[in-house]
Amino acid sequence: MIGSGTAGSGVPHLDVDPFDMTFFADPYPTHERLREAGPVVYLDKWKVYGVARYAEVHAVLNDPATFCSSRGVGLSDFKKETPWRPPSLILEADPPAHTRTRAVLSKVLSPTVMKQVRDRFAEAAEARVDALLEKRSFDAIADLAEAYPLSIFPDALGLKPEGREHLIPYASVVFNAFGPPNQLRQEAIERSAPHQAYVAEQCQRENLAPGGFGACIHAQVDEGAITATEAPLLVRSLLSAGLDTTVNGIGAAVYCLARFPDQWQRLREDLTLARGAFEEAVRFESPVQTFFRTTTREVELSGARIGEGEKVLMFLAAANRDPRRWDKPDSYDITRRTSGHVGFGSGIHMCVGQLVARLEGEVMLTALARRVAKIEITGEPKRRFNNTLRGLDSLPVTITPA
Amino acid sequence: MPAITFIHPDGKSDRIETSGGESVMQAATRHGLDGILAECGGNAMCATCHVYVDESWLARLPAVADDEDALLDGAAAERLPNSRLSCQINITPELDGLVLRLPDRQV
Ligand code: HEM
Ligand code: FES
Repeated sequence: MIGSGTAGSGVPHLDVDPFDMTFFADPYPTHERLREAGPVVYLDKWKVYGVARYAEVHAVLNDPATFCSSRGVGLSDFKKETPWRPPSLILEADPPAHTRTRAVLSKVLSPTVMKQVRDRFAEAAEARVDALLEKRSFDAIADLAEAYPLSIFPDALGLKPEGREHLIPYASVVFNAFGPPNQLRQEAIERSAPHQAYVAEQCQRENLAPGGFGACIHAQVDEGAITATEAPLLVRSLLSAGLDTTVNGIGAAVYCLARFPDQWQRLREDLTLARGAFEEAVRFESPVQTFFRTTTREVELSGARIGEGEKVLMFLAAANRDPRRWDKPDSYDITRRTSGHVGFGSGIHMCVGQLVARLEGEVMLTALARRVAKIEITGEPKRRFNNTLRGLDSLPVTITPA
Repeated sequence: MPAITFIHPDGKSDRIETSGGESVMQAATRHGLDGILAECGGNAMCATCHVYVDESWLARLPAVADDEDALLDGAAAERLPNSRLSCQINITPELDGLVLRLPDRQV
């Protein structure tokens, strides 16, 4: 399978489609194939380079001058195609433009701000567990992984109560749109108009409650950090990336803890492990599976020569289970030292909402482990298919009170 | 190679041999040191690699950058005048013998 053509000599060509339903159903054998084929591979199906080993994924993430984001972090090259929506001012931007917008969101979602919201997030998690203990049997996705973030994040942003049902569908469009022009992407974009209209409306200053993350972003206009036309687009970033990601993160953690009762037991014996249990679930399941970059020049990466203007697909999930980097990569171990995993990315674009995600995960798992003795899966989990996000559609469980 | 001493809140200490081209945080996590979490992997985004620098060493470290300064305000343990983020301290030969105290918590 050693080919030539557009991919320089020595780069193995693979006929893998990492956006295909059979791949989504069980990506792990293909991840292994991608890692073992070489440090850099070429995927003929979408004419892109791919990196699936930790070292190369980390290297690409940390060289934004060569592997840029402003030409899109999906398959579509913004230099050649019109983006489906106005590009993000942070995710789809390079320095120096990125540096300025990033500073604004970093300030709005800083550790200091997390200290202020912590108690509120924790109380809501307790309230959610109260409701679940009443039910005993429920869908851990709809009733827990979705219900909990929905009970705090839109309020934290300062959104109006009406129309929130658009939030998850909008995010699903955004994450499908990073993928290739397959059915998932095309259908998502075709149905996106009402969700886009809702989001555009909510991003306006007058629609965001004082004190929320959204209002804090707009307040940066008064500080001169951003312009009044930039602020709504930065609010949009939180609407796009702040909810469905944590739904899948919390869903992943609950799915792991339900599947691996020994780890659940360990957590119950030591609640300080809750934050680590969430973080390890982000490594193990990698709710955000992939992102692309585009080369700004010809570059040599681990011996492979890549031309200018090529798309490079980073398999974050495969890097997070690369045996070259991780000991027993396929086991879920809540005491693992996860520092360095790329589930939140790495480098200048590393998730700006990571502290929000960790806080939600930590307080939710703490509340569950304190009050619940056992989580049993009582039916076949159903997968939700998305070009970028990995998670379940439903997970029937029964819990036993502690 | 420069060695660094970490003093835990309970008074016990760990001496770690470091290698060139790494940060204090990287050296600590590579040795599996308890007390440094480094959730963001050294990207100056989490403040969970907080340390207190021994007073006698403070002036010998590079200055605190703006992003580090802002993050330190959000550190879980109290911020003191000698607080630093260990991922922002690159190890150089001059830092041989550096003494750092670990806070009682990182989150
Ligand atoms: C478990 C939950 C989450 C996961 C797995 C996740 C994952 C990621 C990843 C992998 C990136 C890097 C993108 C790149 O390198 O191109 C990223 C960036 C980003 N995330 Fe998250 N995220 C999560 C939660 C959140 C939350 C809660 C928010 C908002 C409150 C958020 C907002 C963002 C934004 C705005 C960016 C772009 C940052 C930049 O380009 O500088 N994310 N996220
Ligand atoms: S490791 Fe996150 S700020 Fe130092």
